[in-house]
Amino acid sequence: MISARLGLYGSLLVAAVPLALTIAVGLLSLLPADSALHVPGYVVTLLGKYLAYALLALSVDLVWGYVGILSLGHGAFFALGGYAMGMYLMRQIGTRGVYGDPVLPDFMVFLNWQELPWYWYGFDHFAFAALMIVLVPGALAFVFGYLAFRSRVSGVYLSIITQALTFALMLAFFRNDMGFGGNNGLTDFKDLLGANLQAGSTKAGLLIATGAFLSFFFLVCRHLTQSRFGKVLIAIRDAESRTRFLGYRVERYKLLVFTFSAMMAGIGGALYVPQIGIINPSEFEPANSIEAVIWVAVGGRGTLVGSMVGAVIVNFAKTVLTGTFPEIWLFVLGGLFIFVTLFMPRGIVGLFTGLRTWRSQPAKVRKQLTGRALEAGE
Amino acid sequence: MRRWVSGLLLLCAILPALAGGRLARADEIDDAIAGFAGNFAEVEQAIGALAATDDAVAPKILEALADGRLRIGPDHSLYIEDAKGALVEARTGAAADPPGKLKPVKVNNRVRRAVEAAMGQLTLLSPDPGQRMNAADTLFRSPDPGRLPALEQALAEETDARVKALLEQARAAILLMVPETPDADKIAAVETLAARGDQAARVLLGTAAEKSSGEIAAAANAALKSIDRELAFWSGVQSVYYGLSLGSVLLLAAIGLAITFGVMGVINMAHGEMVMLGAYTTFVVQDLIRNAAPGLFDYSLLIALPLAFLVAGAAGVAIERGIIRFLYGRPLETLLATFGLSLVLQQAVRSVFGPSNREVGNPSWMSGAVDVGGLVLTYNRLWIIVFSMMVFALLILLLRKTALGLQMRAVTQNRRMAASMGIRTDAVDSLTFGLGSGVAGVAGVALSQIENVSPNLGQSYIIDSFMVVVFGGVGNLWGTLVGAVSLGIANKLLEPVAGAVLGKIAVLILLVLFIQRRPRGLFPIKGRAVET
Amino acid sequence: MNAAPVATIGGTPESMQPLLYLDGISVSFDGFKALNGLSLVLDPGEMRAVIGPNGAGKTTMMDVITGKTRPDSGKAMFREADLTQLDEAEIAALGIGRKFQKPTVFEMHSVFDNLLLALKADRRPSRVLFASTRAIERERADGILEMVRLTGMRGRMAGELSHGQKQWLEIGILLAQEPELLLVDEPAAGMTDAETEQTTELLRRINETRSVIVVEHDMTFVRALAVKVTVLHEGSVLAEGSLEHVSNDPRVIEVYLGR
Repeated sequence: MISARLGLYGSLLVAAVPLALTIAVGLLSLLPADSALHVPGYVVTLLGKYLAYALLALSVDLVWGYVGILSLGHGAFFALGGYAMGMYLMRQIGTRGVYGDPVLPDFMVFLNWQELPWYWYGFDHFAFAALMIVLVPGALAFVFGYLAFRSRVSGVYLSIITQALTFALMLAFFRNDMGFGGNNGLTDFKDLLGANLQAGSTKAGLLIATGAFLSFFFLVCRHLTQSRFGKVLIAIRDAESRTRFLGYRVERYKLLVFTFSAMMAGIGGALYVPQIGIINPSEFEPANSIEAVIWVAVGGRGTLVGSMVGAVIVNFAKTVLTGTFPEIWLFVLGGLFIFVTLFMPRGIVGLFTGLRTWRSQPAKVRKQLTGRALEAGE
Repeated sequence: MRRWVSGLLLLCAILPALAGGRLARADEIDDAIAGFAGNFAEVEQAIGALAATDDAVAPKILEALADGRLRIGPDHSLYIEDAKGALVEARTGAAADPPGKLKPVKVNNRVRRAVEAAMGQLTLLSPDPGQRMNAADTLFRSPDPGRLPALEQALAEETDARVKALLEQARAAILLMVPETPDADKIAAVETLAARGDQAARVLLGTAAEKSSGEIAAAANAALKSIDRELAFWSGVQSVYYGLSLGSVLLLAAIGLAITFGVMGVINMAHGEMVMLGAYTTFVVQDLIRNAAPGLFDYSLLIALPLAFLVAGAAGVAIERGIIRFLYGRPLETLLATFGLSLVLQQAVRSVFGPSNREVGNPSWMSGAVDVGGLVLTYNRLWIIVFSMMVFALLILLLRKTALGLQMRAVTQNRRMAASMGIRTDAVDSLTFGLGSGVAGVAGVALSQIENVSPNLGQSYIIDSFMVVVFGGVGNLWGTLVGAVSLGIANKLLEPVAGAVLGKIAVLILLVLFIQRRPRGLFPIKGRAVET
Repeated sequence: MNAAPVATIGGTPESMQPLLYLDGISVSFDGFKALNGLSLVLDPGEMRAVIGPNGAGKTTMMDVITGKTRPDSGKAMFREADLTQLDEAEIAALGIGRKFQKPTVFEMHSVFDNLLLALKADRRPSRVLFASTRAIERERADGILEMVRLTGMRGRMAGELSHGQKQWLEIGILLAQEPELLLVDEPAAGMTDAETEQTTELLRRINETRSVIVVEHDMTFVRALAVKVTVLHEGSVLAEGSLEHVSNDPRVIEVYLGR
């Protein structure tokens, strides 16, 4: 495992990268536009988006890379966190909406709603919204995980039902009468904690916050996976029943990590929404969740660093390719899925770190090492 | 008999003028014809009067009027222009030499409706039972007390039981409308309508229940209740039928997956794209037929079936050889790689055929519908149910009775043992996967008949298909059948209660909960073999 | 106590409460009876060899004892605890350790970490989350390493071990749990003669302090253990006694040894 080899200082160094990068880019974006070092606003937004995705990737890696739970529904937790943030931002619009209704958001006025639904109460307060950002995804993950892990649904079955979960949520959020803006979702945000979302300083601040959260959660995940707790997780991933027969309550470990990971994904979504300016039901699309898995696979599963690297690289490629050759993007993404699983099972990070130790191993062990690492708790 | 007599008595009582109508027909026809010279209202009256004569010329004149072929001369006599443009005298049918300039009789919507109603009455006596039936039905839907005598006459002469039943219903509808009808007859009419038991009868009875009192109202209300029960029953049956239809679609989509996932344990996320390939094969076949041999269009699906099987099957073999065989024993990796493949295939089809829906036509034998009781069964759905059962039966036979099936089961149960017995496990893997994919292609042919053929066709089925297979119990084709049909029916039964989207969400959530309670599905394969 | 296994043949003394008590256990899979009224009594400190042809129910019996499979009927007691009511983790905590037929160790962890994870300790996630490795744990793990002859492999990944070494490591994992009863499934499978001999020795040493049930095919190995033997056939006990005794039983000869 790479982060094991990184050691404490190496990990701190890695953790410093997102924070330092975002601080640098954030500050440079505030320079006057004619300055040679000025970073344009769209770069700030793009980087912010990549890093929010990196947080999602980190959360996927924690469950997939270390516990072998291939969740195809993590996008749902990301989106739920995003919706919680979106609801707060909607409440901040106040009377500045198109209809200028003092209580109801525009889409409710449009749909002839008479009063605010109860589940919107409290979202006027940032603290409440912040709580919901972690509680809602966390609660869903807890209930879902409790049922699934208790009855030992694992492997592909779990993947398929997580996918069904996000699919069901997508259908639900597309409905107008759910009260979350239906098809169009939530948008036209004005400000966050009193700061205008269009202002450069707010954008820079959000970017730095994203970098800080990413750094923080990287360190948390690193500690989690390096401790004895993490060793139990890997033990569960590689030999679940062995771990069980040692007296570990595997389902509790899984539940704890799954719930924590969902909360992380929720925070990622909450950071994503104010920077992008919209959240709609398409975020629940099953394809999005699978895409997040491929970021992790590209970067290197079970390495933490790799998941973040993968998220940034794949999304950068997506930005470039959809801009220049939109036709090609799906070929590239699809090809990436196939190529990485067939030829790069250890991802980009594996390419760099694995070679040395790799060469020193006899062929049989090499095969075993990749094999075990990839079998994902089957 | 008694009813018939009282009907006649009633006739004499309420419609004395019409009772002797048939005697004065020559005059009446002339009078009626004269009306065609007037304004729309007069024309409308004239239509009624003409129809009331029941003369053989009446339908000809009305038909010509509806078609815009009726001309009127300065002397107010009518002429009909036939298809070739020749004129005949309307009354006699003889070739005509009109005295002056002819004007067409103008038609507006009200006139058209009047013509339709009149035609309906006139055809009560047509020699063609189908026409008589239509006429009776028209009369039932717009009951006209003025037509009662004609109706009674038609009833007396009618020999066809089905037409007779319809005529009786039309008569009952009229009798209920007329306040003077004796109570006994009204109650009999209520019974007749109750026996008909459909929405139209319900409307008539509802009016009767409101307008009358006492015994008749009670009878009408009782009849309403029984009809409501009947209707609820049929709508339940209809839901089940829709569910069966959806279930057969799910079965088609899932059964190939039941082989690749259930029997081989391979997660093929590109399975939906195999379905899509089958649908596009159908499109290409129809396109070629339209251009090259339009006469073969009715056979287009039969031609497409083997081709779709081959196209998707070949794609499946290529996928197995090119990707999946390197990933055996690593199901999650297989899932990711095949998902990537599905993206590539979707984009490829989008690049070749464009992103929009492609139209695939229904051959004539798949269009239309048949009524069974209170059900409307469309032929395309009916065929798909039949077709899915045929595919299922064929697959069961293939797995149970053929050498290939035996080898497949041997390889999936114990690969090493099978190999040592001389079975070429590689080839069996490829063929099994090809078979599953080919079946998906065949499903695509069927789905092209009820779905939009677009690059996303397969995507919309993949989650449902996996749910069906997992629900039914992996590795068990019968489980897939039961799973598909019960999911289909559950979906359609929930739809009227919860709405389509919520119904679907509810089914998904129920499924997720079900899988958590019984992770191995409805019909699990038990024992140690599963654990390894 | 030192079990003198051969001496206990002939029945359990009235005064001694059995450690493991299986009575009339039946398990069926889709109509196939994997266990059919199986009964077995194990005394504290005893080592028992269980033999029987493939499909006799040996592994299913272990599954029932360790909570992996719930019996359809019958009684399974470990001292006072009803095993049919507990799950794997609870049974492990009671003091029953199990070695799988196919050696199963944590291949991505070092040999030392394998033992560390298995050491008897609070297994709750909240405790494990903040656990640090104490000196006494190191000592115990190192002690076990020595016992299973893997001291030289301490820092190596478990995945790098040979098949025989993995078998030992798994036995070491079991020992680290400090169980009262070890269930050992085919410990000598795939071992060289020298390794088999060492395994025999290891099991004898373990039996000095713990009870053991060994499932084995290898007759030389069973003979070398020189303990009471239970022969399973079609899910129930066919014969029980010393190896010599059961190998002279005509029914045993017919179904198993004679072939």
